[in-house]
Amino acid sequence: MPHYHLDHLDQLESEAIFILRETAAQFQNPALLFSGGKDSIVMAHLAAKAFWPARIPFPLLHVDTGHNFQETLDYRDAFVEKLGARLVIGSVQESIDSGRVKEEKGPFASRNGLQTVTLLDTIEARKFDACLGGGRRDEEKARAKERFFSHRDEFGQWDPKQQRPELWNLFNGKYHPGEHFRVFPLSNFTEMDVWMYIQREGIELPSLYFSHERDVFFRNGSLLAVSEFIPMLDTEKAERKTVRFRTIGDITCTGAVESPAATLEEVIAEVAAARQTERGTRADDKRSETAMEDRKREGYF
Amino acid sequence: MDLLRFATAGSVDDGKSTLIGRLLYDSKSIFEDQLLAVEESSRRRGDAVVNLALLTDGLRAEREQGITIDVAYRYFATPRRKFIIADTPGHIQYTRNMVTGASTADLAIILVDARKGVIEQTKRHAFVSNLLRIRHLVLAVNKMDLVDYSEQVFQDIVGSFYDFASRLDDVADITPIPLSALDGDNVVDKSSKMPWFQGPSLLYHLETVYTGGTSNHVDARFPVQWIIRPLSQEHHDFRGYAGRIAGGVFKPGDAITVLPSGFNSRIKKIHLPGGEEIDEAFPPQSVVMTLEDEIDISRGDMLVKSNNPPQSSQDIEAMVCWFSSKPMESRGKYILRHTTKETKAIVQELRYQVDIETLHKKEGVSAMGMNDIGRIAIRTANPVFQDSYRRNRLTGSFILVDPGTHETVAAGMIV
Repeated sequence: MPHYHLDHLDQLESEAIFILRETAAQFQNPALLFSGGKDSIVMAHLAAKAFWPARIPFPLLHVDTGHNFQETLDYRDAFVEKLGARLVIGSVQESIDSGRVKEEKGPFASRNGLQTVTLLDTIEARKFDACLGGGRRDEEKARAKERFFSHRDEFGQWDPKQQRPELWNLFNGKYHPGEHFRVFPLSNFTEMDVWMYIQREGIELPSLYFSHERDVFFRNGSLLAVSEFIPMLDTEKAERKTVRFRTIGDITCTGAVESPAATLEEVIAEVAAARQTERGTRADDKRSETAMEDRKREGYF
Repeated sequence: MDLLRFATAGSVDDGKSTLIGRLLYDSKSIFEDQLLAVEESSRRRGDAVVNLALLTDGLRAEREQGITIDVAYRYFATPRRKFIIADTPGHIQYTRNMVTGASTADLAIILVDARKGVIEQTKRHAFVSNLLRIRHLVLAVNKMDLVDYSEQVFQDIVGSFYDFASRLDDVADITPIPLSALDGDNVVDKSSKMPWFQGPSLLYHLETVYTGGTSNHVDARFPVQWIIRPLSQEHHDFRGYAGRIAGGVFKPGDAITVLPSGFNSRIKKIHLPGGEEIDEAFPPQSVVMTLEDEIDISRGDMLVKSNNPPQSSQDIEAMVCWFSSKPMESRGKYILRHTTKETKAIVQELRYQVDIETLHKKEGVSAMGMNDIGRIAIRTANPVFQDSYRRNRLTGSFILVDPGTHETVAAGMIV
């Protein structure tokens, strides 16, 4: 290798750090969306590095559906304390209690869609003008068209046909009052890159990502965790299996995969051999062919 | 692992989506559930074959119209390299999207239909790639199966492309490859159907071509992005300048000058993100620098080596591509963003416009519309620390922003 050469993880890290610093510089009041999933953990890790030796100059924002894995909440609180970061919580339960949203009914109910309202309300109430998200372009076909600096109108909507061109290292974060931006520093990471970066940096993850025993049941081709938040149909049967999660979100729509991978090395080997996308286990994407684009247009993450 | 960013330009008719689909599929970057979803959509739409374009054309409008509108980024990796594809539309009305995709690419694949040969679109793609300083070109002659894998057809196309390319500036290499994306000939593996072709398969070429990246390692440039002042007990006096190296190599002890103030100092320490100290920094590293002296430095300033400063001037000569449906006005006022700096700017003169169908210069033009490319003179409110785009992509490029709508209305390359 030539002397002045960076390997791909160094290049991706440098790019993400540049975007994080650019966000701090161009916006008055940014926040980092933190779900407790691996991508947002990597984001927070990068933010801590970007502003060293100072603290992260913006809070972490968790939009809490109330339907969480306990492991995620435990991890979140410990992680935030270790970083010395500020945590802001937007509660979907509060949105329901105050009548801002109506809870879906029936066995297939999910609070996933409701998060958008809570997120947008929190953005408005706290006057956040930029929300850093862990979205990646390799995740989903609508996300492949997403910008690093992605404009949202005063209703929080994304207009994929009116996106600002992004060239070189030049990012345009100008907005009118009431509008905001979503910023995606990990845009060019793939799922594999994220795992390799986690390994290289020695980042600790919630135990859900590694193989464990759990009561699960089959629905729509996904293995869902048995929990008080998902009513099971009469035809559905709980089984104890050895599983892990490839993505972590709201418990009602995050599917598990059967897996013996108990260490980071084993997980990486499994990701390398995987024939299904990681979002293949997400029920929220299966609602229609353009489910992600439609939700993003409304203001989803 | 090594990283190569490349751009592809073309329309569905050229087989661009099929080619990308083939690269992704054969490198096992397409997952079963994605393929199943595409098969299902194809069936529902009544397409005769599995439409691989549906893998890449993700937006509702694109799927409805069967065209690529916006730049999409695709990822795949082989044991040798990781690749980022900027997949851009080929039609003339989307030239601005092609410019966007090309701005970060090291290599461009120019796609030609073997039955049609070198057409105006081919020349336009090559011209845009060249304008954006992509120095490595692949001439992918596709649909060889429809011309009986004829060497003569291939050689004629290559010949007429070379004739045209002799008018391009500073191209490092052109690699012509005959292929059939539909059947996979010469895409990943060498094809037995074209034994006369001595060159590499497309993927082998992408895996092995040496580009050296697009970074400048000669002229040291450090645009200051953010000032880090922890104000903590432990780092009480720490004052660090955060940013990404845009050119050259910086080392602790180097004599530097701060622009625009002109103050001189020396680099005390250079840290990687997270704090690790390093003994040299080069593009595209993100770092934090501390200096020996306390001087007033803010975002938008630039640290450069004292013996090699950029040109500092309020006048800019540049090639621009116009992005907005609102035409460029002579004497029009915009916000110019260059590195981490922002300043007001006024268009002094439209020198000429390039007819992107014929590549002829049109002088005496008074306005530029969407997708037009031309040369302009700009006057800025504050000095801009500029290198030519040819010398450095990062300190030689800028965007113009409309102060009213806040839209990005143009991309500029300093001449």
